[in-house]
Amino acid sequence: MSMNKEKDFGTPASVASQSVTLEIDGFKVTAPVGTSVMRAAASIGIDIPKLCATDSVEPFGSCRLCVVQIEGGRGMPASCTTPVAEGMKVVTQNQRLADVRRGVMELYISDHPLDCLTCSANGDCELQDMAGAVGLREVRYKPVTTHLNAVKDQSNPYFSFDPSKCIVCSRCVRACEETQGTFALTIDGRGFDSKVSPGQNEAFMDSECVSCGACVQACPTATLMEKSVIDHGQPEHAIVTTCAYCGVGCSFRAEMKGEQVIRMVPHKDGKANHGHSCVKGRFAFGYATHKDRITKPMIRASIKDAWQEVSWEEAINHAASELKRIQAKYGKDSIGGITSSRCTNEEVYIMQKLIRAGFGNNNVDTCARVCHSPTGYGLKQTFGEASGTQDFDSVMKADVIIVIGANPTDGHPVFGSQIKKRLRQGAKLIVVDPREIDLVKNSPHVTANYHLKLRPGTNVALINAFAHVIVTEGLMDVDFVNARCDQTSFIKWETFIAQEQHSPEATEAITGVPASELRAAARLYATANNAAIYYGLGVTEHSQGSTMVIGIANMAMATGNLGRDGVGVNPLRGQNNVQGSCDMGSFPHEFPGYRHVSDPATHQLFEQAWNAQLSTEPGLRIPNMFDAAMDKSFMGLYCEGEDIAQSDPDTQHVHAALRAMECVIVQDIFLNETAKFAHVFLPGASFLEKNGTFTNAERRISPVRKVMSPLAGYQDWEVTQLLSNALGYPMSYNDPSEIMAEIASLTPTFAGVSYEKIDELGSIQWPCYDDASIGTPIMHEQEFMRDNGKGLFMLTQYVATEERVTPKFPLILTTGRILSQYNVGAQTRRTDNVAWHSEDRLELHPHDAEDRGIKSDDWVGIKSRTGETVLRALITDRVQPGVVYTTFHFPESGANVITTDNSDWATNCPEYKVTAVQVSKVSQTSEWQAKYSAFSEQQLDLLEQGISNG
Amino acid sequence: MKIETLIKMANNIGEFFNAESNKEIAADGVKKHLQRSWDPRMRKAIIAYNQEDGSGLSDLVKVAVSQLEQA
Repeated sequence: MSMNKEKDFGTPASVASQSVTLEIDGFKVTAPVGTSVMRAAASIGIDIPKLCATDSVEPFGSCRLCVVQIEGGRGMPASCTTPVAEGMKVVTQNQRLADVRRGVMELYISDHPLDCLTCSANGDCELQDMAGAVGLREVRYKPVTTHLNAVKDQSNPYFSFDPSKCIVCSRCVRACEETQGTFALTIDGRGFDSKVSPGQNEAFMDSECVSCGACVQACPTATLMEKSVIDHGQPEHAIVTTCAYCGVGCSFRAEMKGEQVIRMVPHKDGKANHGHSCVKGRFAFGYATHKDRITKPMIRASIKDAWQEVSWEEAINHAASELKRIQAKYGKDSIGGITSSRCTNEEVYIMQKLIRAGFGNNNVDTCARVCHSPTGYGLKQTFGEASGTQDFDSVMKADVIIVIGANPTDGHPVFGSQIKKRLRQGAKLIVVDPREIDLVKNSPHVTANYHLKLRPGTNVALINAFAHVIVTEGLMDVDFVNARCDQTSFIKWETFIAQEQHSPEATEAITGVPASELRAAARLYATANNAAIYYGLGVTEHSQGSTMVIGIANMAMATGNLGRDGVGVNPLRGQNNVQGSCDMGSFPHEFPGYRHVSDPATHQLFEQAWNAQLSTEPGLRIPNMFDAAMDKSFMGLYCEGEDIAQSDPDTQHVHAALRAMECVIVQDIFLNETAKFAHVFLPGASFLEKNGTFTNAERRISPVRKVMSPLAGYQDWEVTQLLSNALGYPMSYNDPSEIMAEIASLTPTFAGVSYEKIDELGSIQWPCYDDASIGTPIMHEQEFMRDNGKGLFMLTQYVATEERVTPKFPLILTTGRILSQYNVGAQTRRTDNVAWHSEDRLELHPHDAEDRGIKSDDWVGIKSRTGETVLRALITDRVQPGVVYTTFHFPESGANVITTDNSDWATNCPEYKVTAVQVSKVSQTSEWQAKYSAFSEQQLDLLEQGISNG
Repeated sequence: MKIETLIKMANNIGEFFNAESNKEIAADGVKKHLQRSWDPRMRKAIIAYNQEDGSGLSDLVKVAVSQLEQA
């Protein structure tokens, strides 16, 4: 193992298809038109000295270190800003150039601290390297005034800003602009007074900085430096792995010192992130070694008892014996399991295998139930495959982008930056959201052309109106529809959608979106050369979530926006492995590869491969498990990596169901909310402690690699295997690569996937049908994946949610996420990310606040038909009158105490996005919160007792 | 299983397929959806409810559940 430093070519690669040939220092080199001389030289191993250039940002030409001479040319141009030309002859080294470079370095060093031996960048400093490269031996200047006493900014919890070491190369400023798109940094002042400034001369934490780390990565000196490097020194080896946060699935280099992660650096070759990152993936990894980690197995007879630390053998045998006892008492179908999108593909696969083959039923479900299950249903029905259609890079070819019910800059920040880049290049934007997300107008140089601020719960009426305009105004791509789509279904749909009830004028009363705006937006989408749809949970988490997904698919087919770069239907998956956990057969009705459990050929295939008798009946979904627990037909649960007690709707019902079960087995890294109701705790491993793969929102299967030993001794797949063996269903995998080999052998869309190929290519996008295939970035290019190859149009009648506002509950509560925290917060709450978001707030429009006498920071009670909780208020016009909004990252917030049991008709995905509530000023926490606090405290005491006795 | 929950779920499924003007096709859609996504104990409960009372089910869902019973 080594650091294997990534080569910096100095300037970004050119994507031009034409090339030119030139000569550099006598060597011939061919490079694409538009390539810089610097990059062309680097490509043949000639590294021209540089400071202000780096290949993640456009060249700037300010440091003058990279000067070269060109035959027939005048002076000494900067090689970073000089493009290659046919027949050009370049000299990169001679005495004159050396003198200039040495002079430049002398000037830089005259205003730079000479503390190299004690500097945090020692060993990784480009200024130091360049001083060596140019042969600097003395500094003749003795400036009277310097920046050496400039004050450090330590406000950011993860990195420090030491302006005394700044050479004002502007790489950080350009990274913030070009890579991240936040424009939080600027060069303030002129001449000698020039300095890097966050915002208006503010501290980093007070500025617009989103702590993505792009500036730190771009900095050539120790000016912007990770505090972990300052504390621990330079890392000595690096391992490429995949982030465990959102569905973008960024590739990272875990830079290590022994088994300690020093820093996570976004990997330049990562095809999902291209060297970019967000505050979570880049910095919020400290939870992996947090003191709250539980590293010993524990058992107890009842949730009123103290935990007892036991050996792995005792815990596994106890768990197996309890599951067998319950099946003997209540029947084979009385137990089941829940997998998580935080687990690897391999972990999920053997979990569902254990349940189907070992438990003998199909009671397996996953957290996609509560997020993107409607995506799976809707896209499988219409397109034939339960996945998004594009790769992320496709957005760079989109002319019109629609973002529906998603907040990419917060939920999928790295892809959010890519969208912003495309928008700055001139693409048009339509945002469909009840709330004003940052893309609407809060991101510099980005403004939505249309923000359709619809009422929560009216998505289907809106998408029908879009389609109505497209059909009745003759904006369809008839050739595409005729060639690629099922004609019977299309004719039926065309007649349906042309009905007057779907016109923007008719739906305006339902959605609140002015008809003229909707018509204009629909025309913009339909007439673009390339129009792409990106959507999130604001689409799926509704009683008509699946209908809305189908409506989106209908619209994309009708306009021919499928099957090529720049278009498509793109679900932005919330967690890192939502796509993968679904692919791996986590749903109770589907084997891996989305094949129904009753399909005879598939059933036979798995029975033979797994050497077990398998059920042909669908099992229970998560909410069905809770209901079945209440009537004592579901009494044992194995839950891995998921925190249903916090994340699932109608918390009190979930808690009652967990209390009703006789054995709850939780496998997790922390004693999460669900574990407080558990009888067996099996300590899990973080993503840093195991091998496997994650599949991101663009179907990209990427490697997860162990960089440190599992704190509890086992990787999660090993724990599941131990349990399976204890239950009498033998498993004998030696490595997760063997699990992937089995997946590939049984799943046609994964047939060509192997660890060897993933290592060779870096990642693979399924479908990958055979050994020769390198995967499929764009789906449905020639035909759809349905049996007849044709896209299916389906009817999408708008049906109002049963959750209605009334005088008693006059406001609609909708929920969402924030940049710094991740879902239930189990990871990010245990990092310094709390510096940005330490509590969930209730956002109210000023009119609604004024009506109720509420001011920002007041405690407010939020009461629904289901329950009541209390949060502090934040008054903002980002929400529209009549709508309130909160995040749900903290368990004590009880956001799901108030959400209801309404769910999507097809998949039972909860209707998190629509809850009728009343809000009022209060002076104390809710009854539920008081009970929760007491219960939580009791459970932590019982944990403490167990640990001290162990 | 709480029958009120199952009635609500079944009617929600019915509302989607009700957009289909051919009610035979619509009922078949509901039936297949129940067959392919509901656990047997849930199907058994809704069939029993339809046999005993069924008043909470929409007309389309009643037809579909009756067909499910015969399947």
